[in-house]
Amino acid sequence: MMKWKTKDNGWSPYLAGALVGLLAIASVYATTQWMGKSNYLGASTTFVRAAGLLERTVLPDHVAANEYFTKEKVRVDWQFMLVLGVFLGALISSATDKSFKLESIPPIWKKRFGPSIGKRAMGAFFGGIVAMVGARMADGCPSGHGLSGMMQLSVSSFVALTMFFSVGVLVAILVYGRRSL
Amino acid sequence: MNIDQMLGLITGILFGFLLQKGRVLRFEKQVGAMLLKDMTIFKFMLSAILVGMVGIALLKDAGIITLSHKPMNLGAVLLGGSLFGAGWAVMGFCPGTSIGALGEGRWHAMFAVAGMVAGAALYAELFPLFKTTVLTWKDFGKIGLLDVLSVSQWVIIPLFWTGTISLFFWFEKKGL
Repeated sequence: MMKWKTKDNGWSPYLAGALVGLLAIASVYATTQWMGKSNYLGASTTFVRAAGLLERTVLPDHVAANEYFTKEKVRVDWQFMLVLGVFLGALISSATDKSFKLESIPPIWKKRFGPSIGKRAMGAFFGGIVAMVGARMADGCPSGHGLSGMMQLSVSSFVALTMFFSVGVLVAILVYGRRSL
Repeated sequence: MNIDQMLGLITGILFGFLLQKGRVLRFEKQVGAMLLKDMTIFKFMLSAILVGMVGIALLKDAGIITLSHKPMNLGAVLLGGSLFGAGWAVMGFCPGTSIGALGEGRWHAMFAVAGMVAGAALYAELFPLFKTTVLTWKDFGKIGLLDVLSVSQWVIIPLFWTGTISLFFWFEKKGL
């Protein structure tokens, strides 16, 4: 069961995951000590702030008057930097173990829908819109609910994760088919 | 950069590094899990949860940290969770992994990122509508399992560990 390296030269997901567990504990501790508030790992609120920052460059009054942007506060905060950090961390890791790869279309998608980048772009874009509306409605994504909420034994996170995955399975089977892997 | 931002950046770099090492950032791993063929992302997530829940319970009991439950707003979690699941399947990334996937060169993830930024903007516009409809259906508030079940977390956590470890053995036996 326990192999430290995977076939694709990565770390065992059990090991990397357990280390994320330690990171989550350290992060809650550090944010409580230095920011005066226990912050938990998350990602999706940052997309709201990013949307607000972009929209503000063209429609500043509209953003200032929007109730949801006001509620979530449009600014580059702790979580915003965390999400930028994820980009850097993934870049450092993949560049140093040679798993960095420029990829224009995911293999499973290509097999099902062909090599058109336009088609993939549309799928990802509209899928992204639906997913983010859902994540904001449910108040979390697989980081905020899936990791942080589960670690705290939050009732909403058990329900949210169940919905994420069960509907995900259903739609994935409809979209890609069982035999596409 | 203030201390909040610095702390976020350092935590994010470590998080992204581990997500990449666990090979969970990829489209094929996420869709593979949804096609019930490759449970890598579940091995990763559940391992993080097993470790994290113990540390968080201890720090909470010691009065060092406070919990931050997300509201159990039934309509929002059911409908929002379903929308997320559907979008996740087509997009093949979740919010955090889309950014990480860009970092490891999967540049097509930028379409997913663009869609999610647009989705966030759309949600901000629709918020007044949701606030008077789906968000009002049934709100149980910010509750944890311990508020609902009258047992100690030191009963729930060992049970969760036992169930999850059994699941891991089953994954390995089935080669998932």
